[in-house]
Amino acid sequence: MADCVFRVGGEGGEGVISTGELLTLTLARAGYEIYTFRTYPAEIKGGHANYQVRASDKLLLSQGAQVDVLVAFNEEAYQKHIKDLRSGGVLLYDADSFTPPPADSAIFYGIPLTSLATEKVGVKLTKNIVSLGVMSSLFDIPIETFEELLKERFGRKGETVVQKNLQALRVGYDYIKTQQKKDAIRLGPGPRQAKELVMSGNESLALGAIASGLKFYFGYPITPATDIMEFLAKELPKIGGFVVQTEDEISALGAVLGASFSGAKAMTATSGPGFSLMIEMLGLAEMSETPAVVVDVQRVGPSTGMPTKTEQGDLYLAVYGGHGSCPRVVLALSSVEDCFYGIMQAFNIAERFQMPVIVLSDQYLGHRKATVPKPDPSRVQIINRLAPTAEELKAGYKRYRFTDSGVSPMAVPGTEGGHYVAEGLEHDEIGYPAASNHENHLRMTEKRYKKFQAVEAIANELVNLYGVEHPEIGIIGWGSSEGVIREAVQMAVDQGYSVGALHPKILYPQPLAKLRPFIEGAKAVIIPELNYTGQFATLLRKRFALDFIQLNKVIGLPFTPREIFDKIVEVAEHVRAGRRNLAARV
Amino acid sequence: MSAQAAEISPQEYKTDEHPIWCPGCGDFGVLASLYQSLAALKIHSKDLVVVSGIGCSGRTPGFVKSYGFHVVHGRVLPVSLGVKLANPKLTVIGVGGDGDGFAIGGGHIAHAVRRNFDVAYLVMDNATYGLTKGQYSPTAPKGFMAGSTPYGNIEKPINPLAMLIGYGATFVARGYSGKPRELADLITRAIEHKGFAFMDIISPCITFYNTYKVIPPQLAEVPKDHDATSRTRAFELALREDKVYLGVFYQTQEPTFEEGVAQVIKAAQASAPPRLDEIFAEFA
Repeated sequence: MADCVFRVGGEGGEGVISTGELLTLTLARAGYEIYTFRTYPAEIKGGHANYQVRASDKLLLSQGAQVDVLVAFNEEAYQKHIKDLRSGGVLLYDADSFTPPPADSAIFYGIPLTSLATEKVGVKLTKNIVSLGVMSSLFDIPIETFEELLKERFGRKGETVVQKNLQALRVGYDYIKTQQKKDAIRLGPGPRQAKELVMSGNESLALGAIASGLKFYFGYPITPATDIMEFLAKELPKIGGFVVQTEDEISALGAVLGASFSGAKAMTATSGPGFSLMIEMLGLAEMSETPAVVVDVQRVGPSTGMPTKTEQGDLYLAVYGGHGSCPRVVLALSSVEDCFYGIMQAFNIAERFQMPVIVLSDQYLGHRKATVPKPDPSRVQIINRLAPTAEELKAGYKRYRFTDSGVSPMAVPGTEGGHYVAEGLEHDEIGYPAASNHENHLRMTEKRYKKFQAVEAIANELVNLYGVEHPEIGIIGWGSSEGVIREAVQMAVDQGYSVGALHPKILYPQPLAKLRPFIEGAKAVIIPELNYTGQFATLLRKRFALDFIQLNKVIGLPFTPREIFDKIVEVAEHVRAGRRNLAARV
Repeated sequence: MSAQAAEISPQEYKTDEHPIWCPGCGDFGVLASLYQSLAALKIHSKDLVVVSGIGCSGRTPGFVKSYGFHVVHGRVLPVSLGVKLANPKLTVIGVGGDGDGFAIGGGHIAHAVRRNFDVAYLVMDNATYGLTKGQYSPTAPKGFMAGSTPYGNIEKPINPLAMLIGYGATFVARGYSGKPRELADLITRAIEHKGFAFMDIISPCITFYNTYKVIPPQLAEVPKDHDATSRTRAFELALREDKVYLGVFYQTQEPTFEEGVAQVIKAAQASAPPRLDEIFAEFA
């Protein structure tokens, strides 16, 4: 069984990211399942960057815990990451840059990457390609696949550039043959035959938005969401749409509401600081019952925080951000593949229920690449908003008519007889302001919340369950932690623990019909979250009056399966010892 | 904008909702002029969208038989952009007050101007915050006494026309609610203008800052020999303090945002319109 974690580290601008990307695509094309993890400096040039690629011949659920192969372009990379190298793992380092102290626990290959690139190729910048040649030879990764990729990637820069890169690859490939192979890592061709795609969470999300019928995107550049905007800016005009870079995030969501009012599907994507600015417009979307999709690719907060690092800290803002009673839906994306289908669900819910849908992703998910089966848009049937009938338009159309479902038919400009004012003031059924009518405000609030009945029914379908169905120890996670939790649960089940994980993809309103039996049947429930206070645990505590066990991590990095597994073992010991206070009802 | 053949009476734009403004409010004059302009241009209610902000003027969409969007404070222009972009056939009119436009929403004007999307933006300027009972606004003079400036306003007012000409707006005009016929003509020209048309409309607040006696003696028509195609001349006229000039200060023709968008789409589609499948291929 092949399962190998590569990590490349070095100075930003040294080709760390491109080394990781080339390795990723080559391994994917060679037939391996891929799961990458990127962290990079907030600075554009300089600062430490690293790129991790996990390749396996089986389904991958996490970035992995330990590193099998560490490629260090400089001493800083060595010092930062050597502790993560597994016992018996491989260190490839640039012998021109530094000399690590000898160690028995790992296998070292010192390669003069810089001098090979300068002297044999004549281009210092190709040292990262030399390192790929070394890996190709050492670990038996098909060199033809690397060559094919280099031709594709550098073809536009001209034949000389292609040749220099091919030469660099070959220099590394041949050089390592002069050293004795001391490790046992051999990949060869992978087992996967099916044509799969390699994409990031943000790319998958953008594709899903296009599949949903997105026409207009309005946004303001912000890490780590900007690549959604840049991707759509290139693709949307080809299908008759457009991306506008607005002056701020308030304008971005304002323009989304304007376009949606005019009948087009529109969205924006941002991260925490921009999402904070959008709150007033969310309220307007709720009061005027205008469909809108808002993506928040979370990063570390508060304020500017750590822009390139991951966190799940915006849940309170997504659920509660706003004044007044705010009916909205909050979804959380769980994997690269789920980004595609999740955003389609978001558009459907926004259109069907005429309210804003907030979609939570994060830096970890948005920027990691994975092999995914080619998405199939037909798996999600597109739902468009309810339009008034011809009779309604003739007989005094009421935009905010009270209905059993709470959903009122929505006319779009250009429709004869459908004119109305989308109101931010409390209003009556016609849409006329009713700012002093107390009873009407109650009825209208009830109308807007009535839609939740149908949303909750959908919510119960948007839940994944892993491991033991009725476990002694339950885990409820959300968002991008899904794969990591799933892997930890599998580890625990393999060792005989009664553990299961429930992973809701909708966080507000909550899938109570699924949550209740799961929570009430377990002796203890662990809620792992990448935030300090346990935001989802707090939401659930309010519903279930139960003392959940929180597992919180706030260092700007995702969970590893081991961290969650260790918590399971710890809680299992308490449960077996009958220490019920851990899971006591409050 | 869609011109219909049939005559439309200004009265047909009235709705069942009665204006909540104080008797004597300048906004009545603006509304009457707007009805006149819409009738003159024969704009069908189904193809008209009035977007408004917060303040007394913000209630305007409810009084005009048309589609409307009464948005939050200061955000008339971003919402108007979305409305127009998603359906360029619509006639979009933005209305708001001086606080809505120049204070809380002031950051949007420069960018609406840069885009030059086709909207007529009518600012009903009374130099005060009427709906919160008379505080000073960005166009209130120094020394203005009100609840939030009990010792007198120590900030200087902005000059909306000079600001808009400076930003590069393609149509800049000023009107007065007390001269409804002239105002209707100006609004008509603003709506007809292709691109971002800005109008500062003096519309006195009878309750908190009654300028009905002060304003008329200062008024003058834009001089007959004014060259409205010259941005320099327009800027000079906007800076003059001898009179409050009414009329078109500046007008020029530049490509609109919608035209730019259409061109980008056309160019992008020239290389065979892709299906989702072809976009997927980029990730293989």
